[in-house]
Amino acid sequence: MSSLVHQFSHEDLLRNRDDIAAGKLWQFPGGIHPPQRKELANKTAIRRLPPPSRLLIPFKQHIGQPGTVLVQEGDHVLKGQPLTAPGPNSGLPVHAPTSGRIKRIGEHPSAHPSALPVATIELLSDGEDEWAEKHPIADYTALSSSELIALIAEAGIAGLGGAAFPTAQKLAADGQLDYLIINGVECEPYIVSDDRLMREHAAGIVRGIRILQHISGVKNVLIAIEDNKPEAIRAMQDACSGTENLAVRIVPTRYPSGGERQLIQLLTGREVPANGLPKDVGLLMQNVGTAYAVYRAIILGEPLLERVITLTGEALQQPGTVWAMLGTPVDTLLKQAGYVPYPNARVIMGGPMMGFTLPTLDVPIVKGSNCILAPAKRELPASTTEMACIRCGACADVCPASLLPQQLYWLARDHDHDGLREHHLADCIECGACAYVCPSEIPLVHYYRQAKADMREQYIEKQKAEIAKERFEARKARLEREKQERLERHERAAEARKRALAEREAKAAETASASGSDTTGEPNKPANDRVAAAIARAKAKKAEQQKAAQATENPEGQADAKPEAQTESSNSAEALKASPDEAPENDPGNDKKARIAAAVARAKAKKAAQQGSD
Amino acid sequence: MSFYIASSPHTRQRRTTARLMQLVIVALIPGILAQWYFFGWGVILQLLLAVTTAYATESLCLHARERSSLSALRDNTALVTAMLLAVSIPPLAPWWVIVIGVAFSIIVVKHLYGGVGQNLFNPAMAGYVVLLISFPLQMSSWVAPVELTGQHLSLFESIHLMLFQYTSEGYSVEQMRMVASGTGLDAVAMATPLDHIRTDLSQGLTLSESLQAPLFSGLAGLGWQWVNLAYLLGGLFLLQQRVIQWHIPAALLASLALLAALGTLLAPDQLPGMDIHLFSGGTMLAAFFIATDPVSAATSNRGRLVYAALIGLIIYLIRSFGGYPDAIAFAVLLANMCVPIIDKYTRPTTYGHPRRKLQ
Repeated sequence: MSSLVHQFSHEDLLRNRDDIAAGKLWQFPGGIHPPQRKELANKTAIRRLPPPSRLLIPFKQHIGQPGTVLVQEGDHVLKGQPLTAPGPNSGLPVHAPTSGRIKRIGEHPSAHPSALPVATIELLSDGEDEWAEKHPIADYTALSSSELIALIAEAGIAGLGGAAFPTAQKLAADGQLDYLIINGVECEPYIVSDDRLMREHAAGIVRGIRILQHISGVKNVLIAIEDNKPEAIRAMQDACSGTENLAVRIVPTRYPSGGERQLIQLLTGREVPANGLPKDVGLLMQNVGTAYAVYRAIILGEPLLERVITLTGEALQQPGTVWAMLGTPVDTLLKQAGYVPYPNARVIMGGPMMGFTLPTLDVPIVKGSNCILAPAKRELPASTTEMACIRCGACADVCPASLLPQQLYWLARDHDHDGLREHHLADCIECGACAYVCPSEIPLVHYYRQAKADMREQYIEKQKAEIAKERFEARKARLEREKQERLERHERAAEARKRALAEREAKAAETASASGSDTTGEPNKPANDRVAAAIARAKAKKAEQQKAAQATENPEGQADAKPEAQTESSNSAEALKASPDEAPENDPGNDKKARIAAAVARAKAKKAAQQGSD
Repeated sequence: MSFYIASSPHTRQRRTTARLMQLVIVALIPGILAQWYFFGWGVILQLLLAVTTAYATESLCLHARERSSLSALRDNTALVTAMLLAVSIPPLAPWWVIVIGVAFSIIVVKHLYGGVGQNLFNPAMAGYVVLLISFPLQMSSWVAPVELTGQHLSLFESIHLMLFQYTSEGYSVEQMRMVASGTGLDAVAMATPLDHIRTDLSQGLTLSESLQAPLFSGLAGLGWQWVNLAYLLGGLFLLQQRVIQWHIPAALLASLALLAALGTLLAPDQLPGMDIHLFSGGTMLAAFFIATDPVSAATSNRGRLVYAALIGLIIYLIRSFGGYPDAIAFAVLLANMCVPIIDKYTRPTTYGHPRRKLQ
């Protein structure tokens, strides 16, 4: 209701409620009057066909996530038995529409314009149509809303108007509501599924509405029907007579008055905010077929196994409506209706305005299907050449969302995504009214769909790029940090080395001065630590060798002196090895002296050792 | 078996651009017949020349732009442009006037801007303005209505005049005008009612004195009033056929009428009244056929109201205070220039979005 507060002042809202209660109808902008062609299929009662020998049941037939499969290939299943578990996040299960054997679980072309394969259960009917145990609820009023919502979810009910949004999820959304709108408008040409359902099952629909009322706690219900369905209007009015708070609203025939947002505007004068939901303006909308499915699920204990499908078009010899099990292949249905195929034919799932052509007929009826339209060759004019836009603005005149289709068209052609966003492409409901009236036969909706897909793609890419960028930045920061740490470590190490060196130098100098050699004569070169170090080491050696030489003359120290001298000599060799690059030219004389001294010391040590061993 | 794949919607209104243009041409017929009746063969000759030029230049441009010329020629838009320009210029103007005008409309105004649907300006009116500025003499020598002269120039004399600018007896249109004013005989050329009023007012006459002229024995100028009524009839047909919406003609006529009424109220002796403004000059042709050109008009209905009211305003201002007797072409072109800004500020509020405020 939050948006209502923004749209209406308190007094306006009260007046608005009074207006709605008084039966006032508002207007939505635009709209068109395409030929209805409803008479093709609405003359005969809904036929019930024998179970088809083969059913193709996709896991996912609703908006949301599919569940995991509960059966295995070869299993025998009963009618109404769940085949998948409810999906996560209010995902719906699917059920076996008849009894039979699971032949295969795998990919199969989907009921989608692309016919891309999706996970599907292939069920071979055993012809028995044997029910699993049903759990009818005698008195639903004894159950709480949440219990009933859970039952509706378990029954797999999705919006049967075409969008296939999980009904339970829609019912579970909280918020204060003041009207439940039951959509029986069915504005799309040719389709008569809801029309026939209302004529034949008005009482069941009303019982379903009562359950929906009980769940949502909404007192007032508006049942909207277009004025081109007088029989359905009469049937619903009869079913509602004597009941309180149920009103049938007859709306003028104009496409797309059955669109959720358009119908809300028509019946209440309210606008669902962009990116919002009907509950934001205190409304809940359900299709008549959904209401009937709720009745069957709760009162009869039957999950959603079948739905009414309109089979129509002049390529059919027996057009009409049928109760089709979910999963019935389209070609099975068309055969039943006497389809006369011809080359390059068009078979449309849905109506002529919003339906899509099927690339293959081996695709199943799903929860959101409502019509199979098989037009004869000349029945629906195929689009001819696309001509240049003459900016006539006919598209803007018919747009029910008050968009500027022509502007959107130019922007879509330019791939100007910012412009498209600014012109609210996202609010386009793809009703096709603009393309219907376009004198240049521009497939406008096609352009919008492509642009939407591009933008979605770009958005995903952008998200990805942002994540990549974040990762890159993080990596850069980490490398920088590591580099910094390394530098610091090096600095510290260098300092420590310097300190150690200075200490050692000082010590060496001390030792040297203590041994009496002329260290003062040697120039100290702090500029070259290593040279200084080498010199210092050399001097230290010299001093020690002198000591060693003294020791050889000292008989008591013989045994000790040998290893010491050896160590020293090897050390001095090492010092020489390290120094030749740097030290020699600095102090060649000194170095030579040291080497000679070392050799002398070695010889003396050898001699001493030999003497010692004798 | 292969199936036909298409994007929804699968049904169409089947009202193509070509069909719409055909209806416009049909709607022009009463006006053309009236012009022919009152102003003679020149009208028909100009139309023939214009249409020929239009087809020739259109094919030439399409060929140069490497477009398939057949389907584009069939959309009839060039035809409508040529016809609108042909009925706007003096019926006895030399043949090259209309040829230059139509060629300019098609080549420069239409195709140099990218062809059908891309032109910023109304092609016929842009062509008209080029002619008016380039050939002011030829463009202001109108033919006297048959009600004053009693008979037309013959078809032969009309052709002679258009080809050689002299009748077979050696009179030019201007000379005939002088003859007419001197003797009252053989009068075939004279000023239009609006021109007449304008000249008289500039010479210090009052409006009522000017309206004493034999030209004004009817409502808004002999001949012209009927031509305007005929175009009004055609316009109503277009409305009834839903080829055009009511917004542009209604707003144009309303704004012009309102201003004229205001003018009469303020200066009854200097400013022509509503009747003259609505039924003289090219008012009805402009309201129903010229301003309604979808390509160069504003997009939304609200925008069209503003656009057309603006045309009405400019027409009134130029007719009353500007340098030209009639002002349809200038008004339309000036309004064309305003279309982008009008479109920007008259965008309808999308469903579910808060009402936009003017930034």
